[in-house]
Amino acid sequence: MVVSRTGSGRIASFLIYAALALIAIVCLLPLLNVLAVSLSGSQYATAGEVKLWPIGFTLSPYRFVIEKPEFLRSMGISLERVALGGLLNLALTVLTAYPLAKERGQFRYRSVYVWVFVFTMLFSGGLIPSYILIKELHMLDSIWALILPGALPVFNVILLLNFFRSLPKELSEAAHMDGAGHWKILWKLYVPLSAPALATISLFTIVGHWNAWFDGLIYMNSPQHYPLSSYLQTVIVNRDLNSLNLSQDMQVLRDLSDRTVKAAQIFLGALPILAVYPFLQRFFMTGIVMGSVKE
Amino acid sequence: MRIPQRVRELPLHLMLLPGLLFVLVFSYGPMVGIAMAFQKFSVTKGLFGSDWIGMDNFRYVFSLPNTAGVIRNTILIAVMKMVAGLIAPIAMSLLLNEVRLRSFKRIVQTVVYLPHFLSWVILSGILLDVLSPTSGLLNDALASVGIPRVNFLGNERWFPFVLVGTDVWKEFGFGTIVYLAALTGINPALYEAAVMDGASRWQQTLRITLPGILPVVVLMSTLSLGNILNAGFDQVFNLYGPVVYSTGDILDTYVYRLGLVDFQFGVATAVGLFKSAVSLLLIASSYGLAYRFANYRIF
Repeated sequence: MVVSRTGSGRIASFLIYAALALIAIVCLLPLLNVLAVSLSGSQYATAGEVKLWPIGFTLSPYRFVIEKPEFLRSMGISLERVALGGLLNLALTVLTAYPLAKERGQFRYRSVYVWVFVFTMLFSGGLIPSYILIKELHMLDSIWALILPGALPVFNVILLLNFFRSLPKELSEAAHMDGAGHWKILWKLYVPLSAPALATISLFTIVGHWNAWFDGLIYMNSPQHYPLSSYLQTVIVNRDLNSLNLSQDMQVLRDLSDRTVKAAQIFLGALPILAVYPFLQRFFMTGIVMGSVKE
Repeated sequence: MRIPQRVRELPLHLMLLPGLLFVLVFSYGPMVGIAMAFQKFSVTKGLFGSDWIGMDNFRYVFSLPNTAGVIRNTILIAVMKMVAGLIAPIAMSLLLNEVRLRSFKRIVQTVVYLPHFLSWVILSGILLDVLSPTSGLLNDALASVGIPRVNFLGNERWFPFVLVGTDVWKEFGFGTIVYLAALTGINPALYEAAVMDGASRWQQTLRITLPGILPVVVLMSTLSLGNILNAGFDQVFNLYGPVVYSTGDILDTYVYRLGLVDFQFGVATAVGLFKSAVSLLLIASSYGLAYRFANYRIF
């Protein structure tokens, strides 16, 4: 867009920059506040003196949290979930997207399959029937209850099939001429060509699995099977649980408070997301996701 | 040699088989379980042994004093979120569109997209701290300029607005992506011509930029119609409590408490079915509208 070089234009520019800076800062303030609390001495945090900079800097809340066996155990379950769930999601997404990306002439049953899959995005059995199903399959308390129900992310299939469709048709036609079958074309042609799309989808799946908390809460009867997000839900948000057992521990460690320990847990829970965030951003900025969504 | 199409298609069926099996078991399986909504369901008798009671579960649940309020809360919260969730990203993308300093734009985008990727568990943990009436950052700031402290999460009048505000915080940045993509599609020659004619920046925004993204705005608002009964379970569940049930309890949390806290499986399934059925109708019509007027297809 063309900028006019008048005085009023310059004032408008300044106001726009100021407004955006303000919005970004306001957006970030809550996170900075909690980060500062997590790094502060308990007496300052409890007294409400900590704003955006730690007072009485200490790492002991973090030390306390990472030494808690429940925290470590649930972190392990989350990592296992992300690895198994992510791989399964990716494999099924690729396998499903390829046939559905074909034109109807090449694959006559395409639209039947598409509807079978897409209908699951529009309608669901709901919470209780899903719970009863998992229970009847004897999957309660098993990590598979967190992985198998969402094994095929239909939305990602749509993203990927749109990406497959944007690849030049001449490629697969030429490969067919040379005698390559569908499996070979998928594996040797489509998968390598869609590496950026697959990377984006994997990152989104990883974030999804890491963040998921509700299924752990309902499908795991005993807290020792909770993934990290479910565990954090019970200790940070569910105010009346677990805080009892925390205050007992705290008599031993006097420089800790409920508030600083919660803040430290919030940050440790968000840390993996913050770590993959730069990669995530690079991918969705370059457009695959928006391109496919908006098509 | 000509291979029959049936044979050539065989690998395609095979590829779909695993995904199909998962979807049949874990997505269509629960749909069979919807039968519970019409049963006096007991876990010991199971789906095939429980007694059929017709519409009794629906009659019962709609006779409960809370149900009407829950539906009202759900629609009210969802509609407010839909409106705010439409306006905030559009305003934000218009602002971002005026920025020429690429590095500045990038930093702002990085910051405002971030909350989208954090779960409501993390964000609620942060909000419980920041909004605390006694020691929270926001109330401290209010108190320092003489405004009395507000118990944002424990006050039934404030609670729905806190939900809308915090939902905007999480999603407005990420929501700009669609509009920013639409903005790149506007022909720069239009702006050049407008400047020649002496149009101010504000006039350019009003006459070129906004009409330029209007189709996407219409599309996004149409598609959001399907969410009228989706007030956001993850957010509400992690922020609400019995004090704010009167204005903050929504269909999804209601189903959760009826089913998994009170163990009234049949009744909870009936409420869930009511929600899914109405939502399906809304989504189907919104996609129908989007297809007719914007020629939009998701696949």
